[in-house]
Amino acid sequence: MIFLENFRVALKAIFSNKMRSILTTIGIIIGVGAVVGVVAIVQGLSYMISQELQGVGATYIIVFAEHDPNNPDFSGKDIRITMEDAKEIEKYASAVEFLTPIIWRAGYIHSSGRKWSGFYIGVNDYYPYIANHYVEKGRFITKEDIEGRKKVAVIGRTLVKELKLDPDPIGKEVVVEGNPLTVVGIMEKKGQMFGQDQDSVLILPYTTSQMIFGEISARQMRLDIKAKSPEAAELAKEQITEILRRTHKIKEGQPNDFRIMLQEEILSTVSKILGSITLVVAAVVGISLLVGGVGIMNIMLVSVTERTKEIGLRKAVGARKKDILLQFLIEAVTLSLVGGIIGVGFGFLLGMGGAKLIPNFPEAHVPLWAVGLALSFAAIVGIFFGIYPAYKASSLHPIEALRYE
Amino acid sequence: MEVEVILMEEIHKVYRTGSTEVNALNGINLNVIEGEFLAIMGPSGSGKSTLMNIIGCLDVPSRGKYFLKGKEIEKMGDEELAFIRNKEIGFVFQNFNLLARTDALSNVELPLVYSRVPKKERKTRAYEALKKVGIEGRAKHMPSELSGGEQQRVAIARALVTNPSIILADEPTGNLDTKSSEDIMSIFDKLNEEGNTIILVTHEPDIAKHAKRLIKLRDGKIIEDSSK
Repeated sequence: MIFLENFRVALKAIFSNKMRSILTTIGIIIGVGAVVGVVAIVQGLSYMISQELQGVGATYIIVFAEHDPNNPDFSGKDIRITMEDAKEIEKYASAVEFLTPIIWRAGYIHSSGRKWSGFYIGVNDYYPYIANHYVEKGRFITKEDIEGRKKVAVIGRTLVKELKLDPDPIGKEVVVEGNPLTVVGIMEKKGQMFGQDQDSVLILPYTTSQMIFGEISARQMRLDIKAKSPEAAELAKEQITEILRRTHKIKEGQPNDFRIMLQEEILSTVSKILGSITLVVAAVVGISLLVGGVGIMNIMLVSVTERTKEIGLRKAVGARKKDILLQFLIEAVTLSLVGGIIGVGFGFLLGMGGAKLIPNFPEAHVPLWAVGLALSFAAIVGIFFGIYPAYKASSLHPIEALRYE
Repeated sequence: MEVEVILMEEIHKVYRTGSTEVNALNGINLNVIEGEFLAIMGPSGSGKSTLMNIIGCLDVPSRGKYFLKGKEIEKMGDEELAFIRNKEIGFVFQNFNLLARTDALSNVELPLVYSRVPKKERKTRAYEALKKVGIEGRAKHMPSELSGGEQQRVAIARALVTNPSIILADEPTGNLDTKSSEDIMSIFDKLNEEGNTIILVTHEPDIAKHAKRLIKLRDGKIIEDSSK
């Protein structure tokens, strides 16, 4: 009962000084807003990525050369994954079902005066089964295309639309870095991933892309692999490790110059990155909440001084120390929570707006726990920074407080 | 049977400001019986405010014994004093001391909030108290919408609402014009007739003459104690 009464008094005090209250809580508003906004964006991103990776399945494995310039073991060396590596893996790794080289390049795709910024991937005929991404119309790349280094391409929906290849894109010509390619198929729609439109893709035989891009492409080659079953993924990783250590002539005790990632590991790497983004933001938010808290403490001290007489009167009519302490503490927490609630709204808009502003970004997602967390933090800040002013108020001597002018 | 509300024996109060000691009260002996109407007078510095604070349990004496309704006050801690103030004392101040932004009724309710009286009962009792001082029509008005005399009536209602043993009024007419002062004093007269014990601190003889017993202070001592 006394609690509710105090809450009522607190709201009255806060609303009778609207401007002051808002200014005081700006730190809290920004702090809480930042938490909610960033969590919204990060959650949206990680939700999308995990959806995407689950789409390719638990059998998905990627192999790439170690390109860590900070690692003295590998700096200055030209480490590559080669087609010979791929052939050895195909031959000896029994847990591997399919394998494709991936030669990935970003660039423009031209067609009759139009151009569009997309990316090209050079692959073999197994790519659809590994990436879980199939042809919708026409055909995919065949063994003959690869052996004959045919100038053919399978393109995504966005390219069809942006290069105005409809109504029948099959047989049309597109140009990649001066090389005309004939469209033989259209890939099914895939959507966004990592902020990139997956339908701006142009897929060509890896032999053709080696021919077009030459030396650079060989360096950037990676292997995408499908294990025979999700259970076989670990075994496949072991077998590939063994084979690559042999083909790369790595001595015992020396580190691998390549990396093999299973779908799970990719997921955990992604969440690690997102986790550190969240951590950095949390630190910024911590500082902002600290500043907000000092603001609250400041205004509560002012409030205590302004209301010295009121405190004296309350004590004269029978308020105990703890009644006054509670009153001012509740006021500080209420102030802080009001800031927190405004902050949640602000953060929500920030997250939604931010996600909309960045092109090809997934929709923001505000989980309830983030709102709960942000508000709890606001309440804790209120208690922490409210306790001193409240204590000061409760310790006032009634006579001096009553006499205060 | 006469009930002794206040019994004071050799009350001393010493204030220390830096290295100098000020003897505000120098051995006060006083007893007050239920239903009395007492005026305490004296020039400034005579110790009447200090005496008032001690009677009101806002402060404790440095030496001596003070019994309020048989309870020994000088040994009490902050919490007990707050409890006694809530139950036994009704304060009326010179400058009314109403909470701004809070209507008359809620102002009167305030002491009941601290004695944990349920809301409904609080409202009823506060309204009754406002009725006693004849201002129930202004229950929903804010202090800023009331005249000085009306504000002081609300303050008296607040002092009455807990049915205290003593109503303690410190210069209650000090901020009022003559007409309002007369009104306020007639309320005190009426309350006293109804059996309330009233202690009035004032330096105005016109006001003091409403009381039935007059105590004059000088240099922390009672120099006169006369009854009408």
